[in-house]
Amino acid sequence: MNLSDARPGQVVRIGRISDARARDQALRFGLSEGSTALCEQALTGGPIVLSRGALRVAIGRRLASRVNIQVIPRRRGRREG
Amino acid sequence: MALRRHHLHGQFEVAARHGERRTGYELTGLPPGARRIVLAGNPNTGKSVFFNAMTGLYVDVSNFPGTTVEVSSGRFGKDVVLDTPGIYGVSSFNDEERVARDVILAADIVVNVVNASNLERDLFLTLQLIDLGRPMVVAVNMVDEARRLGLQIDFARLRDLLGVPVVPTVATRRQGLDEVRRMLDAARPGRPDPVTEALVARAGELAGLGEPPSDRAEALLMLEDDPQVLEEYGAGPTGRRDEVYGRRRERVEAMVATVVGRTKARLSAADAVSRLTLHPFWGTLILLAVLFGLYELIGVLAAQKVVGFTEDHLMRGHYEPWVRRLLGSLLAPGGAAETFITGEFGLLTMTVTYVVGLLFPLVVAFYLGMSVLEDSGYLPRLATLVDREMGRIGLNGRAVIPLILGFGCVTMAVITTRLLGTSRERTIAVALLALTIPCSAQLGVIAGMIGGLGLVAFLLFFGAIGTVFVAAGTALNRLLPGLSSDLFIDLPPLRLPRLGNVLQKTWSKTVMFLRDAGPLFVYGSLAISLLRVTGWLDGIQGFLSPLTVGWLHLPREAATAFIMGIVRRDFAAAGLTAMSLDAAQKLTAMVTVTLFVPCVAAVMVIYKERGPAQATVIWLSSFAVAFAVGGLAGRLAELLL
Repeated sequence: MNLSDARPGQVVRIGRISDARARDQALRFGLSEGSTALCEQALTGGPIVLSRGALRVAIGRRLASRVNIQVIPRRRGRREG
Repeated sequence: MALRRHHLHGQFEVAARHGERRTGYELTGLPPGARRIVLAGNPNTGKSVFFNAMTGLYVDVSNFPGTTVEVSSGRFGKDVVLDTPGIYGVSSFNDEERVARDVILAADIVVNVVNASNLERDLFLTLQLIDLGRPMVVAVNMVDEARRLGLQIDFARLRDLLGVPVVPTVATRRQGLDEVRRMLDAARPGRPDPVTEALVARAGELAGLGEPPSDRAEALLMLEDDPQVLEEYGAGPTGRRDEVYGRRRERVEAMVATVVGRTKARLSAADAVSRLTLHPFWGTLILLAVLFGLYELIGVLAAQKVVGFTEDHLMRGHYEPWVRRLLGSLLAPGGAAETFITGEFGLLTMTVTYVVGLLFPLVVAFYLGMSVLEDSGYLPRLATLVDREMGRIGLNGRAVIPLILGFGCVTMAVITTRLLGTSRERTIAVALLALTIPCSAQLGVIAGMIGGLGLVAFLLFFGAIGTVFVAAGTALNRLLPGLSSDLFIDLPPLRLPRLGNVLQKTWSKTVMFLRDAGPLFVYGSLAISLLRVTGWLDGIQGFLSPLTVGWLHLPREAATAFIMGIVRRDFAAAGLTAMSLDAAQKLTAMVTVTLFVPCVAAVMVIYKERGPAQATVIWLSSFAVAFAVGGLAGRLAELLL
């Protein structure tokens, strides 16, 4: 499944980011392939907001559809990381 | 301590002589023995507050990544401190990074400011700076905020892992600054990653060159496939960037796991508001409230109340008669000298009145509003909120920033289109700015004129401009080849702007703007006076009358206003206000003027940014669209008003 399908409240593990530029920028922001993040918001037809610790990023929908993810079943609390 | 802020454009020289460091700049005019201390960090780390605290001067504190494009410097004891744009990594992804990279490479000491609450993100740059090999001090800023978020940082451990001095600070309260100052003498190159180190040694070979660059920082950038460094050395890509970045990211994660302890994190009020700003309903409501606030500040308070006093009362009522009396005995009435100096468009009359009485209050109000928005962290949220809609006209959400800035000054906004990802987006944004966005000087005049005409006229006006905006954007999106870039931005925490910062920023931006725009007013006034003295003004009026009188149904003299409008659109708007027009004519005039060509300054910047071909097409189509749509709106207005 792709990041564009993520729903608010889901914790996701980021898989392959096919766009090279976005992959580099994600690494700088602190999101690497394999890291987990919380989908905070998904604007209808618009960007996905991901958070991880104090980091919060907005990802345009078209880019999000090129990011592979895996939804992680949530355990206790709302800690992610 | 000398407290003088100066901009480095012109003081930096590219060190391009053969055999010397090829990337980077040399800072000239340094006092002997002075060290170059460079502040580097991610956006929103409080780096600029730091700069201010160190030098006693203020520079931008902005929340939107990419708005601090200029580099500022100040004296710090016998040394020089340089501030750099906020960046997430050193490379040449965009203008800010290129500027920051070049200044960092010229540093004697790098002070890396990191946000204590966001070490996962910020340490990536820290480790890259360490890999670059410059002597460093790390200031972990905003430790109070991190504590509130339940983070406990082991600073001693962090120092050992990085191999450089680490100082906890709260720059806004000046906590830890003395310690940073003391630590400058202890600055040293940190502990680079051995794996990356081994690759750096082979950078030359990996890039298809025999010898690696002698400068270690350049060797690292070459390894990371920095396009500019590769090009300067005539090297091929090493294909190792992913590997180096990935490795650095892993080290950051491991480091954070060791030095950061988490107690309970709690959701702050700012977090809750932050979510609301992106909510489809509440977010739109907040946006409307923000726009209304800006309109009240710029369009009503500044453009009507303040300008009404400064322009009409102070300048036209007192200053102009005074200067005419003063020089009356020296200048022959009706002569050319009088026309140029104290005439209707004179240097000491109209020019001074416009700059002091009209432009100054508007620009102050505009930058005040922008500074509050920037410092609050709202702009990136706005970009996210409108991303989907902007996609329809081939832009991503970030383009909302230049478009909003355009309401202040189109010229400046055109320069900020550089923050857009592709040339295609820059073309679309510049065309929309040139065509449809009225600048603050013009907005005031338009608001005053349309305001008196009632709701139907108001809707007609916005309908006409909005239609052109959407139609032009959609058309360009269809016609231009390629794809626009995607939104991928950092959303900094929402903060209450600090009054002192906002005021100082407003002031420094206003001064810079007036310094740049002032000379253009002088040239504009000279050009118009020249047309008047030579009698060409009258000839052009006659030549244009089929258009102005025949198609737009305006008086013949309207041509003068449009000719003035070529220099500055607000000249045209002001000129049209002075004529007696009926409701339909007023609407026609305002629609035409809004869509009319941007001022000479903007055109020159467009020329420089987009090249002669594009600039000419944009300029000529502005004429065509303005007259065509103005006339059509006029026909509608004649039916409806």
